[in-house]
Amino acid sequence: MNDNPANRLSNAFAKAHPALVCFVTAGDGDTDANLDALVAGGADVIELGMPFTDPMADGPAIQAANLRSLGKGTTTADVLAIATRFRARHPDVPLVLMGYANPMVRRGPEWFASAAADAGVDGVICVDLGPEEDEDLGPALRDAGIAVIRLATPTTHDARLPQVLEGAGGFLYYVSVAGITGKQQAASGSIAEAVARLKAQTDLPVAVGFGVRTPEQAADIAAHADGVVVGSALVELVGEHGENAPDRLREAVSALAKAVHSAERAQP
Amino acid sequence: MTDQTPNSYRNQPDERGHFGQFGGRYVAETLMPLVLDLEREYRAAQADPEFQAEFDDLLEHYVGRPSPLYYAERLTEELRKSAPDGPNGEKRGAQVWFKRDELNHTGAHKINNCIGQILLARRMGKTRIIAETGAGQHGVATATVCARFGLPCTVYMGATDVERQQPNVFRMKLLGAEVIPVTSGRATLKDAMNEGLRDWVANVHDTFYIIGTAAGPHPYPELVRDFQSVIGKEARVQMQDRIGRLPDLLVAAIGGGSNALGLFHPFLDDADVKMLGVEAAGRGLDGNEHAASLLGGAPGVLHGNKTYLLQDEDGQITEGHSISAGLDYPGIGPEHSWLKESGRVEYTAITDKQALDAFQLLCRTEGIIPALEPSHAIAAVAERAREMPCDAIILANLCGRGDKDIFTVADALGVEM
Repeated sequence: MNDNPANRLSNAFAKAHPALVCFVTAGDGDTDANLDALVAGGADVIELGMPFTDPMADGPAIQAANLRSLGKGTTTADVLAIATRFRARHPDVPLVLMGYANPMVRRGPEWFASAAADAGVDGVICVDLGPEEDEDLGPALRDAGIAVIRLATPTTHDARLPQVLEGAGGFLYYVSVAGITGKQQAASGSIAEAVARLKAQTDLPVAVGFGVRTPEQAADIAAHADGVVVGSALVELVGEHGENAPDRLREAVSALAKAVHSAERAQP
Repeated sequence: MTDQTPNSYRNQPDERGHFGQFGGRYVAETLMPLVLDLEREYRAAQADPEFQAEFDDLLEHYVGRPSPLYYAERLTEELRKSAPDGPNGEKRGAQVWFKRDELNHTGAHKINNCIGQILLARRMGKTRIIAETGAGQHGVATATVCARFGLPCTVYMGATDVERQQPNVFRMKLLGAEVIPVTSGRATLKDAMNEGLRDWVANVHDTFYIIGTAAGPHPYPELVRDFQSVIGKEARVQMQDRIGRLPDLLVAAIGGGSNALGLFHPFLDDADVKMLGVEAAGRGLDGNEHAASLLGGAPGVLHGNKTYLLQDEDGQITEGHSISAGLDYPGIGPEHSWLKESGRVEYTAITDKQALDAFQLLCRTEGIIPALEPSHAIAAVAERAREMPCDAIILANLCGRGDKDIFTVADALGVEM
């Protein structure tokens, strides 16, 4: 099923324009329709959030989405089924699972890696499992052909970066502010500097997220990065509009995609 | 530093913060460099005689240590009355001794750790302190040391706990702390800890997070244990001075497990000293209404460490229940998970009802009102003492006083106040 995940992700970042990466939480609203709306709006990469009872790195919007999803009884099997159906409908769009360690390791890393590969998942972002504890999940994912997508932050100093990049794949996710999802936004000047710092040490594409809400902000970041991640703003639309969210998501993503895809690349 | 003797139970964790398969550093990347810094600072502090001297001085003159070692004679006699005779007709009923950590300033063992961590915070140049609290004991202890050192203090507390622990909320405010009720998730201790981590990740430059129990990312489980080990170090010397030998059995209640580790750790390599950790069985281990992570949970990852957790088959964390808000946490310090799997410490669980009975028993036999947390330990002591010979010695940690719990107890006993 998972014929060429490395290519799906690298293709998305090899386009002539920066990539728009869009996040929604699995099991929140009509997720199949929400994901289709993200693709129709022009998202280049899909991040599917795995709900967890204790989303320690997330702000209020994504916390609420996690609780809505779990409140409806969403299970790991449901998340994987959503991924499987997405892959069948969108054979070429890269799909990344994002979540916390405990639901991923509960049945063992091999079980999770193999189930995710069977579901057509291209990459996994595990928020609370970094290079220090990589052996708990990383080897199993890489063996299954799934990219281990690592996070770098303003606190990740140059001397630490090689450790973060060891075993990393897909793209490097730059968390542009020290904080939780959906809150503040970093100045685009500091982002340009940070992306340059990261790219000096890796050939992986760098996507920037945390606090990106508007097409204007997205365009600013796209001028300096290989990708822009938008999460909380989309999750809020699902929270607000429930089953009617897909139309709103498509409009919002379409505006974001237009801004990101037409961003003028600044000279480094 | 812990001894690096081979075959010792006291040389954990390893250099990566692992106790066997447990412990570790499972945090978001933003926090990881901070956690690594903290470890470096802690190693430097351990090697600095001035740090240890300041810690010891504050424990003696501010906290009131050493805490007494007390022989509970009337409790011992009371338990002997109902102890069955041995197979050859010999009388039974072990001597019960208490380590009186409820006599510390602020009324519990929590202050030992807070003194150590605030000294580390000052060493690191941090200017703002945050903490999580469940029952409020750790929040009060943190607010206390912040007042003592003039640092601003923010305490996260589940909104549900704010409601049921009003006296401690007021105490924290009197001490100058800001208490933030946490309404996210299910508004209890684990959600307060989530919110503490969210604050920390957004304020890494100036903020020190004083974690209240021997859990969280490495090096917290190790340093909290080390600061609390003053309990066991004192008890070891006091036992030798008073009766010329070590106890046969140590008993302590376990929520996160810091008072138990504080008592147990200095004795771990004394093969003749048995140890019993007592979890909260709440309304019984059969259902979901307990807080016994070791006896009723499974290994997983939460709040920065791998340890036993109350969780479902998908790894979603489930809520603990105990009459004692201080034991009501779905995880446990990782060293306990390792001590359980290695077989060095035995673990059992005591129900709300048994703890309430033990609470009243101690009030009436010894004139000591214990907190509901050590009431669990006392209930386990009562069971074990009856099965042991009269010359056997049990030492239990009386880790907190019960003033904070009188409303809960009155309610459980159907008394209007």
